[in-house]
Amino acid sequence: MSGIPHDHYEPRSNIEKWLHSRLPVIGLLYGTLMIPTPKNLNWWWIWGIVLAFCLALQIVTGIVLAMHYTPHVDTAFASIEHIMRNVNSGHMIRYLHMNGASLFFFAVYIHIFRGLYYGSYKPPREITWIIGMLIYLLMMGTAFMGYVLPWGQMSFWGATVITGLFGAIPFIGEYIQTWLLGGPAVDNATLNRFFSLHYLLPFVIAALVILHIWAFHTTGNNNPTGVEVRRESKAEADRDTVPFWPYFVIKDLFALAVILVVFFAIVGFMPNYLGHPDNYIEANPLVTPAHIVPEWYFLPFYAILRAFTSDVWVVMLANWITGGIINAKFFGVLAMFGAIVVMALAPWLDTSMVRSGRYRPMFKWWFWLLVADFVVLTWCGAQPAEPPYSTISLIGSTYWFFYFLIILPLLGVIEKPEPRPSTVEEDFDHHYSKSETPAE
Amino acid sequence: MLKKIGIAALAALTFSGTGATAAGGSTHIHDVQFSFEGPFGKFDQYQLQRGLQVYTEACASCHGLQYVPLRTLGDEGGPHFSEDEVRAYAAQNFTVYDPEIDDDRPARPTDHFPGSNLENAPDLSLMAKKRAGFHGPYGTGLAQLFKGTGGAEYIAAILTGYEEAPECAPDDFEGDYNSAFPSGGYPDECKIFNEEGIELGRKAPGSWIAMPPPLFDEQIEFADNHDNTVHHMAEDVSAFLMWTAEPKMMVRKEAGLTGVILLILLSALLYLTNKRLWAPLKNRKSP
Amino acid sequence: MSNIENIEGTRRDFIYYATAGAGAVATGAAVWPLVNQMNPSADVQALSSVRVDVSGVDPGTQLTVKWLGKPVFIRHRTGAEIHKAKEQEPDDLSSLPDPLARNANLGDGKALATDENRVMPSPEGEGAGAWIVQVGVCSHLGCVPLGTSGDFGGWFCPCHGSHYDLSGRIRKGPAPENLIVPVAQWVDNTTIKLG
Repeated sequence: MSGIPHDHYEPRSNIEKWLHSRLPVIGLLYGTLMIPTPKNLNWWWIWGIVLAFCLALQIVTGIVLAMHYTPHVDTAFASIEHIMRNVNSGHMIRYLHMNGASLFFFAVYIHIFRGLYYGSYKPPREITWIIGMLIYLLMMGTAFMGYVLPWGQMSFWGATVITGLFGAIPFIGEYIQTWLLGGPAVDNATLNRFFSLHYLLPFVIAALVILHIWAFHTTGNNNPTGVEVRRESKAEADRDTVPFWPYFVIKDLFALAVILVVFFAIVGFMPNYLGHPDNYIEANPLVTPAHIVPEWYFLPFYAILRAFTSDVWVVMLANWITGGIINAKFFGVLAMFGAIVVMALAPWLDTSMVRSGRYRPMFKWWFWLLVADFVVLTWCGAQPAEPPYSTISLIGSTYWFFYFLIILPLLGVIEKPEPRPSTVEEDFDHHYSKSETPAE
Repeated sequence: MLKKIGIAALAALTFSGTGATAAGGSTHIHDVQFSFEGPFGKFDQYQLQRGLQVYTEACASCHGLQYVPLRTLGDEGGPHFSEDEVRAYAAQNFTVYDPEIDDDRPARPTDHFPGSNLENAPDLSLMAKKRAGFHGPYGTGLAQLFKGTGGAEYIAAILTGYEEAPECAPDDFEGDYNSAFPSGGYPDECKIFNEEGIELGRKAPGSWIAMPPPLFDEQIEFADNHDNTVHHMAEDVSAFLMWTAEPKMMVRKEAGLTGVILLILLSALLYLTNKRLWAPLKNRKSP
Repeated sequence: MSNIENIEGTRRDFIYYATAGAGAVATGAAVWPLVNQMNPSADVQALSSVRVDVSGVDPGTQLTVKWLGKPVFIRHRTGAEIHKAKEQEPDDLSSLPDPLARNANLGDGKALATDENRVMPSPEGEGAGAWIVQVGVCSHLGCVPLGTSGDFGGWFCPCHGSHYDLSGRIRKGPAPENLIVPVAQWVDNTTIKLG
């Protein structure tokens, strides 16, 4: 791998040499683990490990659950109860899987906002960012299909509503929806294919994760200053970096252990807090629940989906221009996917020469407003679609687009950044000189 | 109507919202101090046994428990009956259809409780998990962090919620008035409308439920002469239904506690390791 | 000076080892449930013991019940059959294809295949040797033998022609072992508990 100069694996014993000349797998692991990492990474950089752990947790518990689950409309709900009551440790494994999804999304949102704040999406890390966005999209697809599997009321009606989004596409929507469902409505065919895809997609995610890591190992990690690691010589690079192992592995594992304390407390003491009680009612195609609420991690985008009703002037305008092809329903779908697309386009929308938000006085305010906006949208997504929530959703959705499409391009032009340290080493030493105690 | 937005929205507390109360039936559900609540809470074996008796004598004629295997009545942490007691209970109270002999036969411990006998009597296996007693504030669901979801409290509230119907209601309105039931029928006479005919509120909490009052004072004689007022029987059967919904609760809490303790220990050790590892880098003097 | 460094070094090592140890314990605690979940679940385990009402099994007839996925023959032998079973028994048991009792109720795996060692103890008020309980799976290739047939009046496996006598011992044909006698006991005078 190119990038920051560092030591390479040198096989010593004859067996190592034998293997290395045939399959340099130890060299690959060595290169990955010993990658030079900016030594000033702060605690916001721990979420990558948490996410890797989540993926492993979901795959392992998922494979186990698949050994006992039956993807058929007649038996799916009962097989979940079988897991909960009869299978050895089944209840624990299922609750880990259920809440593991929440931990996964909690971590990915912090990971994304960290990238947005410290400018991790900016050149030369656009590919890392785009792959990350793809992973996020696949995570949403996987989680959505997984939620259908218990075949409870929310499973069924969530699947009906979300696949209905595709039905909003003009002309071919209905055809696509039928193709997705394998019939006119959510039924056994849907459940079966969702199970198959829910099993498949995590492995696609795992492959993308490898690419994601490969990409940022090639460019080198970003860091809180946004100042690139010096790489003219190994001696210089060594002053800015430490090897990933053991320094950041241990640091990240410590953070992971602390997070898992909270996670285990939730799994052990309140495993259903984040779920919806209606999903303990078996799916009934004839009765819709009073309120269909997606899982919490979809709520911000669900709020955007519902925000653009037919009485909003942009929607009316779009409707008029396209001669009715873009109606309010399709507009909502476009807005929801658009909210993710604009985020993925951030590397090209942000015009600032300064990478890290730490040195951008105006950017900071707009960024934290975006975080607040995200939280408000999450809350709105859980409320009924009626005033005042619909108005708040509309304002929140508008700001989301405003931030990416207006603020990011504009700030680079009008903002006067603060002075930055010249090297990572300077930042690190400056940070720790305060805590320096008199030696000897 | 339950809304939960999870940990990510803890911060939402600071945006205290507009204080809108959702339309529809409002009910108030009292928090009950059940023995199984909290991180160290355990099911009370004798309460579960009484609850089973209430279930058998008052509920089972209409409702079912189709996901609950009868043998689990003997499980430790549950009612914990002896093997012989479970067998006798199953055989005396229930018959099941056996496809092997193509006929009904007395139930065995390996069978499940029968399902509901009535179309509109829901199965009770998961009732304590499919209803939530506590919501809010402001639709955040944060109350559940401190009180639990309140499924058992909801059942107890329904069973004790039969009251004199409000005067506004017509005498022949279908069902029984229940102050804790949110989703039943509601006479227009008791609703408050504005000029445009949009419902603004209701004069009395709850709604009309199809189930007639199932419990009466002193209806059931407990072997241990335990209090048999409606209030106590309702709590006993609610606790029992919490057990049927979540039979592994005690095992789960123990596993959770073990996990938390082990991980706290591991965190502490990793903290020390991390500190020592980085110490030489951090205490170096700037050149 | 070097002394202080040593103490420092030891303490550091100790923390490193303790952390690695705690990590290993946590990993082990996480892995075990994932392995154990593949063991039989509670509903399957509950079926490992079944009670069979044999009040309707008259002398000379056989009841076949399913237990652990296999047929179990519960045979109520008549006096004549008991007598014949005794007659069939060779003086020298070692001349049998399988001289061992194959009775899971006898702790000793070396008990010999006498009729007494193969039958169930009778309930009160009935002569010895009236009940014999066996797993109805031929020891050759796993077919289910037919009752009251074969050269010895016991069981006959139609797949490859193995003949079992009235005590369920293999006498003729390719099967290597006697029919297995499962763990069984009387719960009351008319109920047998298998397993």
